[in-house]
Amino acid sequence: MSRHKILVRVNGGVYEREVEARRTLLQFLREDLNFTGTKSACERGDCGLCTVLVDGVPTKSCLMLAVEADGREITTIEGLAKDGTLTRIQQAFIDNGAVQCGFCTGAFILTTEALLRRNPDPTEEDVKEAFGGLLCRCTGYRQIIDAVLDAAKRK
Amino acid sequence: MKGKVVGKNVTKTDALALATGKPMYADDIKLDGMLQAKILYSPHAHARIKNIDTRKAEAMPGVHAVLCHKNVPRVPHTTAGQGWPEPSPYDAVMFDNKVRYVGDRVAAVAAETEEIAEGALKLIKVEYEQLPAIFDLEHAMDDGAPVIHDEPDSKYVIPVFFDPKRNHCAHIDLEAGNFDEGIKESDFVVDHKFKNHYGQHCALEPHTCISYFEPNGRLVLRTGTQVPFHVRRIVAQCLEVPERMIRVIKPRIGGGFGSKQEMLIEDVCAMLSMRTGRPVRLVLSREDVFVSSRTRHQMVIWLKAGARKDGRLTGINMRVISNAGAYGSHAMTVMSNCCAKALPMYKCDHIKFVGDTVYTNLPQAGAYRGYGVFEATYPMGVAMDELAEKVGMDPVEFWKINTVREGDTHPIFEKLGEVGKGVAMKIESCALPGCIEQAAEAFGWKEKRASYPKQDGKIRRGIGMVCTVQGATVAMIDMGAVFAKMNDDGSFNLLMGATDLGTGADTIMAQILAEALEIPVEDVLVYPADTDLTPFDKGAYASGTTPVTGMAVVKVAEMLKEQIIGVASEILGEPKEDLFLKDKGVESKKTTRRVEYGQIAKRSMYAKNQFQIAAIASNASKAPPQSYTAQFVEVEVDTETGEVRIPKYVVAADCGTVINPKLAAGQVEGAVLNGVSYALTEEFIFDKNGRVLNPSFGHYKIFTTQDVPKIETIFVQSYEPSGPFGAKSIGEVCINGPLPALSNAIYNAIGVRFYESPFTPDRILKALREK
Repeated sequence: MSRHKILVRVNGGVYEREVEARRTLLQFLREDLNFTGTKSACERGDCGLCTVLVDGVPTKSCLMLAVEADGREITTIEGLAKDGTLTRIQQAFIDNGAVQCGFCTGAFILTTEALLRRNPDPTEEDVKEAFGGLLCRCTGYRQIIDAVLDAAKRK
Repeated sequence: MKGKVVGKNVTKTDALALATGKPMYADDIKLDGMLQAKILYSPHAHARIKNIDTRKAEAMPGVHAVLCHKNVPRVPHTTAGQGWPEPSPYDAVMFDNKVRYVGDRVAAVAAETEEIAEGALKLIKVEYEQLPAIFDLEHAMDDGAPVIHDEPDSKYVIPVFFDPKRNHCAHIDLEAGNFDEGIKESDFVVDHKFKNHYGQHCALEPHTCISYFEPNGRLVLRTGTQVPFHVRRIVAQCLEVPERMIRVIKPRIGGGFGSKQEMLIEDVCAMLSMRTGRPVRLVLSREDVFVSSRTRHQMVIWLKAGARKDGRLTGINMRVISNAGAYGSHAMTVMSNCCAKALPMYKCDHIKFVGDTVYTNLPQAGAYRGYGVFEATYPMGVAMDELAEKVGMDPVEFWKINTVREGDTHPIFEKLGEVGKGVAMKIESCALPGCIEQAAEAFGWKEKRASYPKQDGKIRRGIGMVCTVQGATVAMIDMGAVFAKMNDDGSFNLLMGATDLGTGADTIMAQILAEALEIPVEDVLVYPADTDLTPFDKGAYASGTTPVTGMAVVKVAEMLKEQIIGVASEILGEPKEDLFLKDKGVESKKTTRRVEYGQIAKRSMYAKNQFQIAAIASNASKAPPQSYTAQFVEVEVDTETGEVRIPKYVVAADCGTVINPKLAAGQVEGAVLNGVSYALTEEFIFDKNGRVLNPSFGHYKIFTTQDVPKIETIFVQSYEPSGPFGAKSIGEVCINGPLPALSNAIYNAIGVRFYESPFTPDRILKALREK
């Protein structure tokens, strides 16, 4: 199995590692770098819980190889709060009851980060569309959608 | 009731950590030397293992242990996470020389990496002798049907019917009143066969266990379970070690919905650690979760019910055959609840119930939110709608006059509980009439009903309603205990075996303690579910945490209050009777003098008459408090594509006092969506050999934001005297509604009743063609 040297920025830190070609970005983040906030729940791109931002774009890390992340900037859920201060999106998720079991929360928050950067004033339909590839089994989604609309207002 | 903390949208105690991605779940730790475990599953639905050769796998570099039936103890047990002695048959062993469904366990490997473990599985040579299989629950008890449990050592440990030679896993029959006499009074009768389908919980966190040894040689299981104490007991049983050698720690759980009310993988993980002396990690793949964890019980239900011209129910006769799949985990109790917990909502003196649970060579059913009540509410909910139509009465009226009120009792309460005989009781709290009225109003039932029959065209609109009930707790069995102690600053640690599986139970318990002790909720530090450190709790099931454990918290608060007031009385030099708790302090009614909790704590710890202010309290369920909902749904049926869209869904729920409205609404909406998704899209597809063809989220469709209907939640509060501050439960009751409500609404739209689920586009188109 061929090994490749990669240099990846994750949450502002620089990580230079040698990885096997077949290693997914999800495995690399969770197992090699210990960013366990990125969740593994299907490993085939169906559930979206492994979503991270790659150069700001929500990406299912189980469908991307670690070598493809070479030179890229990754943000995981651990990278959002700065110096103990939550982002408005994290705060809105907490305030709106959007965190139930919490297993999908990171993926939804990261997807929201990208959505609000692209579209600061989304409609409910925009939010629903942005979350099309993400699953939550606990909430019924309303409180998550409410959290996003609330976060957008908090600017 | 509304208090200072109870009734408020307190933030979940774990929300901050979860929203920042902290390592909270079972799989978020890494241990030195941790091995990776994988399980080999059966490719056959029914086969005897003639020979299994694990030598090549064992010899593979990096492999540390291989388990199969040849080298583990054969200990018949049930995987069902229930109170002891369990009301489920001991028909499972860790590994057997026989496989009973495609996906049954054959062997397990622990290796240095997941790749090596997977490679080793491929080197295990299994010689199978294939046996005829049975998949149809209606023929499982036929003469000559293949016998799935032909082993001599399967048995129940409670005295109940069991005839495995006929694949007959459980039987219950009873009668309240006299059905044959009752039904004679009917002016209208409905009599149909209903069938629901295989479905999976789809908790997003897969089943995960990490086992390791503490330095003192005890085995720790860090596992995503709803039942840590039952897991400890059952693992000890399977490993033939004393319970004291095992510690189960429950971290945060990524959803369960009943699928984790099992000892599901912990025995294998623990055994691999025992064999290797190393930490072992076992995580099921999504495919394994679909096929080899647990599913909803598929049932065929024949329901006959009648009503008089005045709309009153005359009799209910329910005949159930429930499909346990290959093993009988929760098999009897789920079927029992079809009667025990579903029928006491209906005002009817003559009820007959006959239920059988059978084994088939299909995936194992288990506990799933709704637990039998869900399955029985489908036929009952549809029959009520049909009877209302025959009588010529608006369903809203028909439901109102045929459902129970506060102060009523019901013959079924005494006849049958979840386990055996029930408990006679009066319904102390019931806001169901208010639920029906308020939901109908918010939904616009009258206007919609008046306008819809006159439509034609491609899209047909329709409306439907049902009421649901869920009796909480397994009465006379379920117990929860909590321990609380006061800290220097007047904050409290609350240690409890109760098992928050993502619902927010930890927060609810913190709110109850905070309310009772007059403290802010952040002064309650909850430590949940560690069999070494917290007192026993049955675990998270049967809608029991708020009613059972919540009352233990109320009791512990009373005991703490007495101690706190005792110390305050010494400090203030005033009699205890004059003192009361207020704003994290104790005040005197007489002199208005006051002492803060911090002073009280410090005095009791450091200064005078020293002792730790602390208490432990237990609470056992004596009767099952009943939660109710009324659910109204509007559908748009596309007659060209067969698709069903839901423009509006209104639920009014009576869960007694609502302790945390946001968390409660999350339970309502999540359960309704799960029920809707099950009714419209979720379905196991089997090939003719019993293999699941769609074990992935790509092919087993659960709802996303793109599909989600607008759900409006209304709470109509009652006050339950047996519950903490009047609270009942909200976890399960809502999931029981969507299947019958949608069937009724689809009928209203297109004139076809669906007695079999799911209501997928192909089935709707077929029904329209055959109409």
